[in-house]
Amino acid sequence: MKVSILQFPGTNCEYDTQHAFEELGATTEIVWHKEENIPADTDLLVVAGGFSYGDYLRSGAIAKFSPVMKAVSTYAENGGKVLGICNGFQVLTETGLLPGALKRNDGLHFISKHHHLKVQNNDNVFLEELNNGDIVNIPIAHHDGNYFVDENTLKELYDNNQILLTYTDADGNVKNPNGSIDSIAGVCNKEKNVFGLMPHPERAMEALLGSDDGVKMLKGFFK
Amino acid sequence: MKAIINISLKAGVLDSQGKAVHHALDSLHFSMVSDVRIGKQVILQLDTEDKTKAMSDVTKMCEELLANTVIEDYEIELV
Repeated sequence: MKVSILQFPGTNCEYDTQHAFEELGATTEIVWHKEENIPADTDLLVVAGGFSYGDYLRSGAIAKFSPVMKAVSTYAENGGKVLGICNGFQVLTETGLLPGALKRNDGLHFISKHHHLKVQNNDNVFLEELNNGDIVNIPIAHHDGNYFVDENTLKELYDNNQILLTYTDADGNVKNPNGSIDSIAGVCNKEKNVFGLMPHPERAMEALLGSDDGVKMLKGFFK
Repeated sequence: MKAIINISLKAGVLDSQGKAVHHALDSLHFSMVSDVRIGKQVILQLDTEDKTKAMSDVTKMCEELLANTVIEDYEIELV
């Protein structure tokens, strides 16, 4: 299992992501955004969290023009698995690999805390280790996590089981921290090989540090 | 020539900053304000006098980078 992790100027979760996947037994490689190719043996490409290009203009907007992103699009179009976490999710929506956009949080504050999520659709490699309706406890840390799609696209997301996770409380009742439409925390593309979510599974790897629910999520990619 | 581009959230997309500012104006007793929308302005200095070309290029810039048309509208003014 080889995980390649993208690094833009301003990315700051690449080493956490690397640590998380190596703990699970993967080999990893950090790929600088100026590269025009991604390693040929890549099994999973992760667009890690952070603040690429200082979030200038819009979160993720400038990163989409980095040289490596052309290779990322080709990799995804050929069925390669791509996971965008937090700023990585924003980059993937800006690039058009995932539907929708991430707006400023409704409360206008940066939110950094553990939050419960409910698994909505596990018929994909990312969440197949979990059951629909399972609740996981995963940290969120974002200013622009307010997911928005227009009505038609939202309907498509439901019809194609593209909604991965929603924000809830510990009992699975809707609890929306940032104003996301239908409390959506993560989605995938129609082909189910590109995944994006605002919460940070790579920060939930040790029970001692609050939660190890991230293990079950990232493990899905090891099949 | 200059291009002045105003970018704002689409009608129907909740503008949280606008809402917060509206609330603040309310508490200052400016009761005539019925809605607040907050956007951003991008000003480009263009080395051309060709308005048609300028408009078509700036439109492309908006579509490809300056605005996210999933959530934002843009207006271009050439002066």
